[in-house]
Amino acid sequence: MTLRPRWLIPLAALPVVGLLAYGFRADPRAIPSPLVGRPASAFAVRTFDGRTVTLDSLRGQVVVLNFWASWCYPACYEEAPALEAGWRRYRERGVTVLGVAIQDDAAASRGFIERFGLSFPNAPDPGGKLSIEYGVYGVPESFVIDRRGRIRTKHVGAVTDEVFRTAVEPLLAEAPG
Amino acid sequence: MSRPPARGPGIRGRCPPAAWARWGLAVALGLGALGGGLAAGPAPVAAGAAPSGGDAAARVTDEQVTAVASRLRCVVCQNLSVADSPSEMARQMRDLIRERLAAGESAGQVTDYFVQRYGEWVLLSPPARGLNLVLWIAPAAAVLAGLAVVARLTRGRRAPASAGAPAPAIGPVERARIAAELERLRE
Repeated sequence: MTLRPRWLIPLAALPVVGLLAYGFRADPRAIPSPLVGRPASAFAVRTFDGRTVTLDSLRGQVVVLNFWASWCYPACYEEAPALEAGWRRYRERGVTVLGVAIQDDAAASRGFIERFGLSFPNAPDPGGKLSIEYGVYGVPESFVIDRRGRIRTKHVGAVTDEVFRTAVEPLLAEAPG
Repeated sequence: MSRPPARGPGIRGRCPPAAWARWGLAVALGLGALGGGLAAGPAPVAAGAAPSGGDAAARVTDEQVTAVASRLRCVVCQNLSVADSPSEMARQMRDLIRERLAAGESAGQVTDYFVQRYGEWVLLSPPARGLNLVLWIAPAAAVLAGLAVVARLTRGRRAPASAGAPAPAIGPVERARIAAELERLRE
């Protein structure tokens, strides 16, 4: 039997090491949403203050659909002021922020809204229907829907001013319809 | 029903929407559901659910719901199926599965509904096509390759013993020495 070069064995381990190096560096929770680029599913929600909001009624606006929960600490607590600030800054220019509290106790949700003085519409998600419809894994997750009703961005984690600047503002220049 | 008011930061500050505070109860319910499913008795999953389909939802058996749910990955936990997870999100998904089955959808259609929203990631076994085929073929290929290597190594080791000439005959010197050694042992 011919003697094989000794370096063949470590060489054979290289692809495995490479695969592991890639696998351990990748974030197992960063799963790309298949919904990005697709038309956003129509929905109707009843807000905590009793109004009905439908996605159709927001057509022509850029919509920031934000999924949150009062028990989601600290990320949802960090993003609440940024969402309120973004809503105030951009609402005149055609941006709507819509919050959806998932798997949350209604009283706790209301307390959260009051605590941060949120003035944009917020609604509960009975049965988790809307969060499953949007393929939500956890909170906070936000979808940016363009003027034509297409999902353009899925943002996982707390929304910041930066998200409004980079993912929302450019969509304002696009023509509706 | 109250929720924990504050939680430690999850991975990257995210909070998986699982009601950990009621973990014990949920595990008990989950085990109960499994037991109920096995015993074909009434499962607590149905008791907690509020199927909006009325009679139609009632006609969907727990087995049918579990059949779909066991193929779907619970999105808020690691390596649990929607059937096994005690999390609130998995419960809501089971309710939704029941509802869609009651509305007349097939198990495949319900599964597709989740795949369209969560991607193929949500399937516990990735479909055997395209690049996924590597996942299915690689383990078998690795075992075969390993067997081939082992076969080759063992054949190489055995070859001289089996094919070699008989052991060389012992000369008179060795014979005398063996005798002497044996003699010494006997003393």
